[in-house]
Parts: sequence; structure tokens; C-alpha cells
Amino acid sequence: MDMKADTAVIENKFLYDVKKIRNDFPILNIMVHDKPLVYLDNAATTQKPQYVIDKTNNYYEKMNANIHRGVHALSQEATEEFESARIIVKNFINALGKNEIIFTRGTTESINLVASSYGRKNIKEGDEIIISTMEHHSNIVPWQMLCTEKKAKLRVVPINDEGEVIFEEFEKMINEKTKFVSVVYASNSLGTVNPVKKIIDLAHQRNIPVLIDAAQAVNHLKIDVQQLDCDFLAFSGHKLYGPTGIGILYGKVNHLEAMPPYQGGGDMISKVTFEETTYNELPHKFEAGTPDIAGAIGLGAAIEYIEKIGLENIAHHENLLLEYATNAVSDLKGLRIIGTAKNKIGVLSFHFEKVHPHDVGTFLDFEGVAIRTGHHCTQPLMKRFGVPATSRASFGMYNSMEEIDVLVKGLKKILEVFG
Amino acid sequence: MDQELRELYQQVILDHNKSPRNFRLIEHPTNFAEGYNPLCGDNINIFLNVNEAGIIDDISFQGSGCAISKASASLMTSMLKGKTVTEAEKIFEKFHELVTDKLGDNPEIDDLGKLAVFAGVREFPARVKCASLAWHTMINALHNKNEKVVTE
Repeated sequence: MDMKADTAVIENKFLYDVKKIRNDFPILNIMVHDKPLVYLDNAATTQKPQYVIDKTNNYYEKMNANIHRGVHALSQEATEEFESARIIVKNFINALGKNEIIFTRGTTESINLVASSYGRKNIKEGDEIIISTMEHHSNIVPWQMLCTEKKAKLRVVPINDEGEVIFEEFEKMINEKTKFVSVVYASNSLGTVNPVKKIIDLAHQRNIPVLIDAAQAVNHLKIDVQQLDCDFLAFSGHKLYGPTGIGILYGKVNHLEAMPPYQGGGDMISKVTFEETTYNELPHKFEAGTPDIAGAIGLGAAIEYIEKIGLENIAHHENLLLEYATNAVSDLKGLRIIGTAKNKIGVLSFHFEKVHPHDVGTFLDFEGVAIRTGHHCTQPLMKRFGVPATSRASFGMYNSMEEIDVLVKGLKKILEVFG
Repeated sequence: MDQELRELYQQVILDHNKSPRNFRLIEHPTNFAEGYNPLCGDNINIFLNVNEAGIIDDISFQGSGCAISKASASLMTSMLKGKTVTEAEKIFEKFHELVTDKLGDNPEIDDLGKLAVFAGVREFPARVKCASLAWHTMINALHNKNEKVVTE
């Protein structure tokens, strides 16, 4: 089958009109080095639709005021918008209550909150915490810091050559010393989707709580925290077509109730004297200080936008793009795909035998193509695959087949220069 | 290829990337240092043999990195062999000025010989560290500082 016919076959499977969606994202019209922008760095951050930009602007233009305090009209309006964003998030992941939804600065802060608050209270000397080889640094370092402080042990579940967690190894690793499990739902470097439900169920047989880092999964897979039964779930707004600087920690209410506050300050208290402080109820207990109000509103808007398109439709679209791109690069000379799991999100990481990822990145930039090159904040994982870094193309709801053709053409040019 | 891109990836750089000179280990070097760029994972080891007269008898490198960092290490080792430590330090300073744009169109650039090919790096702030990693590591090795050079 020739390339054109192939493209047509796949395009026929698209569930929505990509051109129409692209029109919602103003940045996609810009030029880079006199070439149309081809944005394939969605695993780093996604672009924002006009709807999100407008909702964020609207807050600053029409209702900027601090929340949960003032009796004046603007403060009440801002509070209402902020709190309704919380309900949008709650419904999005099907949490039991809105008091289980805590606004943070992002996935990193969400994980740090749990490590710091739950971890400091419950982890003792000799205890073990389990993570996997494919964790982002943000799901390694907080636990490492906790383990050092408590003289606990961080254990790492190995992965196979395809980049999948070896479940049997996890089964062997988990024991009476295990006190916490924290794993990534979908890997930012490999694209692998982990069998988190199986991991959670196994951990729960021993009453071990599980945190799921859903930063990369949340814009691709429908997440139902009650069905998953995870104890904590962390994700960021900016990978969900929302603003940077805002993220979510979901926690089961019984855990959150029992946990000490993470930071002290305003909003997280109900009564303060110089002798003692009574903490506010959930979720405010964990939200000290004025939050990113516009960010939270923007995140709510992003979820509304996504739900209008349909998360399943977006996932279907990205899967088709991944399949097309994987086939298109597979005959390039000396190219090795890093991460060949059966179940993947739209992430294509690769390494050329003779061209360093940084050179790939610079060359592609001149074709208008934005990809990520480097270790993707997963240095132990790079070591596992014996590469210093990879080039990573990651797909979003607005990417098209034509854009993948531009990527592949760029890669071919690079091979000519370095060949 | 785009003009600006061609300035960065000159033929000399591509050649040195493909067949780097002095890419080997020196057993028992008098001076050694390890350089690392955590941003991209590049790492370079620099080995030197400096004799009692302060002349660099031998210099080599090993490690992994992009075309710019590899070519930079290759050209640097070719250039410094036979130079005194003081001369090496002077060349380092000039090179550093070249890639960080302090020289501008200063004619002194001619003194740098082949190293002038790195002038194109100035247009790529994200890649300056790639070009200078080997040099910073070499200076550390000369000063026999044991700590890792980290450029980010």
C-alpha cells in the first residue's frame, strides 16, 4: 500500500475533524523558523484552546478577587468559580466528594504533599516503599528524601526490554515491610500504560496504600478513582490542555482526614491563637495561602473542553497517530524505538545509532518541529535502556498525519547530513 | 540546509563528530576530570599527561555527547597537544569568549584557527553548554579538581 492510500485509510478512522479542533488552538497557527509549527511535545506540556485562555482572562478581567474571605460580590463570584472548578475535577475522575480534591501546583507538589504528610507520619525505620524503574524524577526523589529521613528502603520494580513493569517481580517484592506503593500510570518517556488496577488490588490485599502518578494518563485514559480504588492520584493541569502552575491531588477522605497539614498559613486554618491552631476542614486543610485561582478556573475549563470532544475520541485519535508514526519511522536507518509496550499512550521515544538526540532536536526545530530531546527527567530509565537520552515525539488531540510526515521528512534529512 | 543551521553544523564539526580525534583512554594520566551536563546527559572524561616543564604531552577524551560536544572535545584535544598549561588556559578563555559572544566581530577570532567553526554556536544559546563542556572539564583536570564539572 502506498503512503497516500495508507494515510487515507487511517484518516477515515478519525472520529473528529482535526482541522476543526486545530482552529480552537491559536498557537498552532504560528511559524517557527519560517515553517508552520508542528508541535509534538505534548508529553512536556499541551497547548491551550481559546476556551481555556478566555476563561482564564475572564477571571482577571471580570472577577479578580481573593477567595473564601471577602463578603463583596467579586470575592463571592471568584470563590464560586474556583469551587465549581473543583466539582468539575471531582466529576471528571469520579471522586466520592469534592473534599477529596486538593488543588496543588502540579503533579510534583501533589506527590511531595503525600510523601511529606502521609509519609512522615506513617513511614518508620526499616519500612519499604515500592516504585518502578520508569518513574519520573518527581516520583523518585520525594520518596528517596523520605526514606533517607526515616531510614526506610526504596525498592524499584524492574521492567522488561519492551518497557513494561514485570508484574511477577512486583509480587515478589511486596512483603510485610512494604508500607507504600507509588507508581506511574503512563510513562512520559516510554508511553507504557501500567496495569495499575492489578498493582492496586495486590497492594490492597496487604492493606498497603497506593499513589498513582497520572500526569501522562489523565489526558488519554478515562480515570475513575472509585473503580481504580487508588488511595491517591496526582496530575497536572498543563498536560490536560489547561494552565501551568495548577495540579490536583486526589486522596481518599479517610487518609486525608488522618494526615497532618502539608503547609501552614491562611485558608488552611479555622482558628488561630498564639498557643494553638485548629485546622480547617478538607480540602482547605491542604490549601494554605492564596491558590492559583485563575489556574484552577482554567483547569476546569480545560476539562469541559476535553469532555466536549470526548476523552475516548481523543485517545482513539492519538492511538492512530502513534500507530502511523511508529510504522513511518521503523525503516529509518539505525533508529531504535525505546518503549515498545503493547499498551501505550501517544509517545514515541527513539534513538539513532549515529545521531545524538540534541542534534536531532536542533535540526527538527529548523523544520518547525518541536520535540523533546534529553533524559525526560527519567535518568534511571535511560540507564536501563543504555542510552544517554532519547528523542521523543508525543501526540495530542490536535496533531495530524501531515505533521507526522513533516517529522519523518525531517528525520530523513538528518540522516543524510550525519549518514 | 538553513544558513544558520549550516553555520552551526559546519563540515569540520560533522567530520570530527564522525571520526573524533584522541578518542581514547590514557592509562595513569597526570590529570583527569569528569564533565557532565545533567540537562542532556552528556558526559565527557578528559585525560592529560603534563610533563615537568608544564607542557601537555598527551591529551584525550572519552564519553558520549552530541555532535557539537564531541567535535569540540576532538578539536580541543588536537589543538592543545604540545601546548603549555598557561597557553591552554589562554586558549580556553578565548574559546569561552567566542561561544558566549563576547568577542563579537573581533579579529582575534583568527587566532583560534579551526576553533572558529564554533562561532555559530552563539546563535543557539541552548547549545553553548555542549560546546564548552569539554573545555571546562579540561580546565578542571589541569587544576586537578576532583569534583565533577557540571554545566547546565
